[in-house]
Amino acid sequence: MIPRQALTIAVALLLGSCAKSGGVTLTVWAMGAEGAAIGQLIPAFEKANPDIHVDVEQIPFTEAHQKLLTGFAGGSLPDMAQLGNSWLPEFEALSALQPLDDRVAQTPVIDPADYFPGIWDASRIDGQLYGVPWYVDTRLLFYRRDLLKRVGFDHPPKDWAEWRRQMIAIKHLVGPGRYAALLPLNEYEPLEVLGLQQAEPMVTADAHGNFESPGFRRALAFYLETIRSGLAPAVANTEIANLWDQFDRGDFSFYITGPWQLGEFARRIPPARQAEWSTAPMPGPDGPGTSNAGGSSLVIFRKSEHQEAAWKLIAYLSRPAIELQFHRLTGDLPPRRSAWRAPELAGDPKAQAFAVQLRRVEPTPKVPEWEAIATMMRTVTEAAAHNRMPVDAVAAELDRRADAILAKRRWMLAREKTATVSGGAGRS
Amino acid sequence: MKRQKILVNASMWLLGLFAVAPLLWMVSVSLMQPGEAAHFPPPLLPAHPTLQNYVILFATTDMARFFLNSLILATLASVISTSFNVMAGYAFAKLEFRGRDALFRWLLAALVIPAQVAMIPLFLLCKELGLVNSYAGVLVPSIATVFGIFLVRQYALAIPDELLEAARIDGAGEWRIFRSIALPALTPILVTLATFAFLASWSDFLWPLIILNDTDMQTLPVALANLAREHVQDIELMMAGAVITLAPVLLLFLMVQRYYLSGLLAGSIKG
Amino acid sequence: MKRNAAAWMLAAPALFALGLFFFLPIAAALLLSFTDFDLYALADLGNLRFVGLGNYLTLLRTPLFGKALGNTIEFVVIGVPLSIATSLGAALMINSRLARFKPLFRTIFFAPVVTTIVAVAVIWRYLFNTQFGLINWALGLIGLGPVNWLGDPHWAMPAIVIFAVWKNFGYNMIILLAGLQAIPDELYEAARIDGAGPAAQFRHVTMPALAPVMLVVSILTMAAYFQLFAEPYVMTQGGPVQSTTSILYLMFTQGFEFWNLGYATAVAFVLFAILFALTLVQLRLSRRWSDR
Repeated sequence: MIPRQALTIAVALLLGSCAKSGGVTLTVWAMGAEGAAIGQLIPAFEKANPDIHVDVEQIPFTEAHQKLLTGFAGGSLPDMAQLGNSWLPEFEALSALQPLDDRVAQTPVIDPADYFPGIWDASRIDGQLYGVPWYVDTRLLFYRRDLLKRVGFDHPPKDWAEWRRQMIAIKHLVGPGRYAALLPLNEYEPLEVLGLQQAEPMVTADAHGNFESPGFRRALAFYLETIRSGLAPAVANTEIANLWDQFDRGDFSFYITGPWQLGEFARRIPPARQAEWSTAPMPGPDGPGTSNAGGSSLVIFRKSEHQEAAWKLIAYLSRPAIELQFHRLTGDLPPRRSAWRAPELAGDPKAQAFAVQLRRVEPTPKVPEWEAIATMMRTVTEAAAHNRMPVDAVAAELDRRADAILAKRRWMLAREKTATVSGGAGRS
Repeated sequence: MKRQKILVNASMWLLGLFAVAPLLWMVSVSLMQPGEAAHFPPPLLPAHPTLQNYVILFATTDMARFFLNSLILATLASVISTSFNVMAGYAFAKLEFRGRDALFRWLLAALVIPAQVAMIPLFLLCKELGLVNSYAGVLVPSIATVFGIFLVRQYALAIPDELLEAARIDGAGEWRIFRSIALPALTPILVTLATFAFLASWSDFLWPLIILNDTDMQTLPVALANLAREHVQDIELMMAGAVITLAPVLLLFLMVQRYYLSGLLAGSIKG
Repeated sequence: MKRNAAAWMLAAPALFALGLFFFLPIAAALLLSFTDFDLYALADLGNLRFVGLGNYLTLLRTPLFGKALGNTIEFVVIGVPLSIATSLGAALMINSRLARFKPLFRTIFFAPVVTTIVAVAVIWRYLFNTQFGLINWALGLIGLGPVNWLGDPHWAMPAIVIFAVWKNFGYNMIILLAGLQAIPDELYEAARIDGAGPAAQFRHVTMPALAPVMLVVSILTMAAYFQLFAEPYVMTQGGPVQSTTSILYLMFTQGFEFWNLGYATAVAFVLFAILFALTLVQLRLSRRWSDR
């Protein structure tokens, strides 16, 4: 009995002393490579703020969504986290996030005007700001300049029609067994981007699916035709053994992907062949197109007891100089235009395509169910790529399933409306 | 007769190869240079064996920590589960109490219920009890298992009643009888049970995935699953991770296999 | 009744743990399945609605559930006979008087059973790799074309079947082995005297004697295979085109990725109901068969 009591007391003392060694321990969740990189930015922050100790936890992207929700359900969320923009509406619906407008107003370092407008907007929901953009992600074309030149084009596609012509020409060049583009069936981003380029939103304000709109049907037709006609293979990205190898060999010449691939392509393609590829903003239906306003923001969770300290870290990480440092560590692109004036970004043509695209970005529909809807969209189109279902039928199916997913939201919106009407605190 | 003998033995070798080839290949690939395995025809043996993958694994991920977590949890689960199950199994086998047989039949019926059904509400329950993100939370479903109680009961039924009666006549209390007569007699099944619980806990990954949030508390299977989903391309690294995950359980199995197999046998056949 | 008190004291800890951490959650799950508990309810319990059998009805109309059910049944229908046949074959080999190195092979055959499923799923995922996997290489040696195991919706489930059989056949082998060893030699002698060859001996001596054991094995294996989850989770994430989404995988994604708990628990209970019904059917069939 006595040894156990002694042990308990010793442990309690130890724990107590840890917490009391002056100040605050801030818990942060970061995903993927960013998680590793943020760890390298922390020491300087801690030196400038000796009473704050930062504990970063790295979470794989594939587990992040589930972990965050489980953390919310289990009451074990950290103080702050890196949160993907497309997930912000979900966590706002859970009332998990702390609104940050007041703090931003009091912090000159964070100047909203310095951010790409589409990106800043992505973190606003119902007029309130819930996250400070940390790095941006948008999708655009990575393509083989040399192969394009060989089929007679000296510039990347300006619109869909030209893109289609270029893909046909390249397919003709490379022959059977190889393709013009890679549109992995288990990635919903390509179709999502094509959908965002349309005038009509993919989810209406009254929580209905809008996939049968003329705009989306056009996008869907373009996407499915590209795969069904053999310009792109009907495969998932898990079936591509080595993406960069196969891009270099010419197995496909167009790939829609994001900024992290700048570094990967630079590393994994032989140095002698680096001039053969480049990037270009997305072509739209009738001219230069928009892309998704992706990326991650830094958020503070409402239940955090160290919000002051968390804000200090956010302010520190939002300094243009620190954003540039972060960029050097990860290849991620900064959300602040002033950071883009640095020579390494301003002078890199492959990165400049992103700067151009970032001026034309749209956030994904700001409904909590978007992740589920996008996943559903992916599975329906994956099946459609393998079969011959007509585009209109696919669109109708997408709408049917989206409506089912959004049913609860419609019920809640209706409830809110009746609450407002029956004299509850009005929300204009 | 000779042809039959060749047929039987050849089939055995073939099936044996099927059974063990993936494991041997796993070890082989784990010793290959990064990128070596992604070639056609696939190499069976490393050209220049290296421990590099293991080094990278331990240096860049918290493998040692995950290994320790798994070890501690599996040991605790083994001890706790065996203790709880052996007491209950003995009681169901040898001690009369009201509703005993009906209760046991209900427990058996529960074997058909997939454990995953309980997981979601169990998670919420653990949240209320403050067990989320803790070792205790991970151990909660392993404290007592119907299968364990069943195994012990089957085995305990074979303990001669006369032995127990004689002890009672001599004035020994039930607890004493349990400790000095039943437990020694049940030792073989205890080994089976402890091994079973250790293996089950070591390999469990869905529950730890859900209940643990801190990365540094993760167990090996969860860490390996994450690794596999993140590093689809780095096959040699993943094989090294697989070796680290499998080596302890295979070693344990090799050590206790005689008891383990006969215990499983006894439990599954009788009754 | 000191014995009664002692009995309760010995059994109580386990029973309490089981009651609190198993049966109580099961009951709660049943209740949850009658609500539309989801993310909004997670945020605020006031958003919870009681929907009666609504989830179950939605289930029956959701194509994905039908797909998951179909996939699981496909897995069971192909996997269970294949697994039991392999186990029986292995048991017969080990039991055979002509076999050598029996203890070694018994160990080898059982080894996959004790492996951690996540680890071996990672190995097999690569064995099935279309370009560099050993399986396609071996197929190529006998002249069969490369199969896109994990990428082709038609082949993904068979791949998982092969993997599952590999992992589990040792377990049933042990049980069948015990059954085989319990068959008295005199029966075989008698058959031999009557002029029966090995095949006839198998049909008339072995199989009838093994019937009860085979029943146990098939019930257990079927129940286990209906609970397919880990293999799709690690190897295929339920794809491609959801061809490997099993019932439990659906439950997991709905429950823990989207927190549609009402829906997810309904899925789990449908699975339970299926298992229960199938077990009853099997027991009744066997009783009727043995009565004949």
